[in-house]
Amino acid sequence: MSELKSWTQIPIGGYITEPQNSVKNKTGSWRTQRPVIDQDACTRCRICWLYCPEPAILELNKPYVTKSGRKYNLTFEINYDYCKGCGICANECPVKAIKMVPEVVQQ
Amino acid sequence: MTQVIEKERERSVVVGKVGLTTNYAIAHAVKDVDVDVVAAYPITPQTTIIEKLAEYVANGELDAEFIPVESEHSALSAAVGASAAGARVFTATSAQGLELMHEILHIASGLRLPIVMAVPGRALSAPISIHGDYQDLMNVRDTGWVIYIASTAQEAYDTVIEAFRVAEDPRVLLPVIVSYDGFLMSHTTEPVEVYDTKAVREFTPRRHNTRPLLNPERPVTMGALATPDWYYEIKYQAINALRASRGVIDEVDSEFNRRFGRAYGAVEGFMLDDADYILVTYGGAATWNALEAAKEARGRGLRAGVLRIRLFRPFPSNDLVKRLADAKAVAVVDRAIAPGSPVEGPVFKDVYIALREAGVDKPIVSVIHGISQRTMYIRDFYELYYKLRDIASTGNVPRESLYMGLR
Repeated sequence: MSELKSWTQIPIGGYITEPQNSVKNKTGSWRTQRPVIDQDACTRCRICWLYCPEPAILELNKPYVTKSGRKYNLTFEINYDYCKGCGICANECPVKAIKMVPEVVQQ
Repeated sequence: MTQVIEKERERSVVVGKVGLTTNYAIAHAVKDVDVDVVAAYPITPQTTIIEKLAEYVANGELDAEFIPVESEHSALSAAVGASAAGARVFTATSAQGLELMHEILHIASGLRLPIVMAVPGRALSAPISIHGDYQDLMNVRDTGWVIYIASTAQEAYDTVIEAFRVAEDPRVLLPVIVSYDGFLMSHTTEPVEVYDTKAVREFTPRRHNTRPLLNPERPVTMGALATPDWYYEIKYQAINALRASRGVIDEVDSEFNRRFGRAYGAVEGFMLDDADYILVTYGGAATWNALEAAKEARGRGLRAGVLRIRLFRPFPSNDLVKRLADAKAVAVVDRAIAPGSPVEGPVFKDVYIALREAGVDKPIVSVIHGISQRTMYIRDFYELYYKLRDIASTGNVPRESLYMGLR
């Protein structure tokens, strides 16, 4: 984590003077569980993308061929820099292709 | 009482001497500094300020937006919004109204908004009281505002003008309360010298571009959540600004003296040079009853003096210590109570700490009086001087507050 600024180095009153600076706040550190997408089970329905409040579901132009041979032009991935691990995507997924996996502290 | 530098004063700045209650003096000053927004809700004894301001706005003497809100919570909230957008804002309240504003008081100082508010002090319910004391003000002591306590209508008029300069100074950017006695001052007519409007406006220039404002051209976010990583730092900025405001307060007071011929300082002393027994107090009691008692005591050979606290926050510890260092005994007369405290006078505690921190050890007594306008007779203050003399000679310093005027 980057060094936090002192009281002398930040705008007064907690004002945010730089628009869109919330991207600097990597909220992924809040997560206790991470969603993991099973790319073979995923039907690319976009419901996770629609429901994610962050939003931290990435829709990528990345072709994927499932084990059963089905071809997709799109791939959905999680942006773990910002995903807070709320689990809404896993709850909403109609084909149960997203699993919540406990975050493990690295040794 | 006030230092007047005659030679530097341009007499032409005084356009007249008029009879004004302190409330009307406040309204006059607010008109003279040309505020943009007044948001207020009526409450005794403050009401006549905003009645007068509403009149000024209605008859075109003051070009301002007058917002008649539905509560004091809304009054200060509207003031916060207007100030955040860059308006020069005034509001006023007392007692229950100030309590209803309480959470917004912290928001105004936390967001560093230079709002000026008049607070004629009043007792708090229950039992219901509309009469004056300073319990309401003491309850908002820790909200991070600069707090003045005026003792005359003239001083209240002058202090409102100074307050806008202090609040809007880029080195301060904090809200300011100008308090004074409810009724005893708010509704008492006194002679007040009012100044040329142009001179007052020159003294209080608009400083729109010295702070970030709610402006669609240059967007900022105000009032966002601060996580534990940031709250402490942002709060400390405001604490430090209040501490540092003292320099600006003194600077503005001297400049005011040069321009208008009056200065008050953070504390005001009466007959302190050789005083053995000093009464420390605030508001109208200091310049009237206590002073009269000191004169009488002096007439009978007791070296009596009065120290008036004008600047309550930031607390002028050094000035107090300097003035009290040579006294034999000191009493702090509070018109408010801190129930259950080791000693129950709220300002007493500040004075006591200031003296002890400076290594000054002398008999100091807490006195409570004037609660809900219980009459503080001159003879009460007079008796206090003799009590101080006894305390100094016997060394028996009361360890609890003395409740004067209580049946």
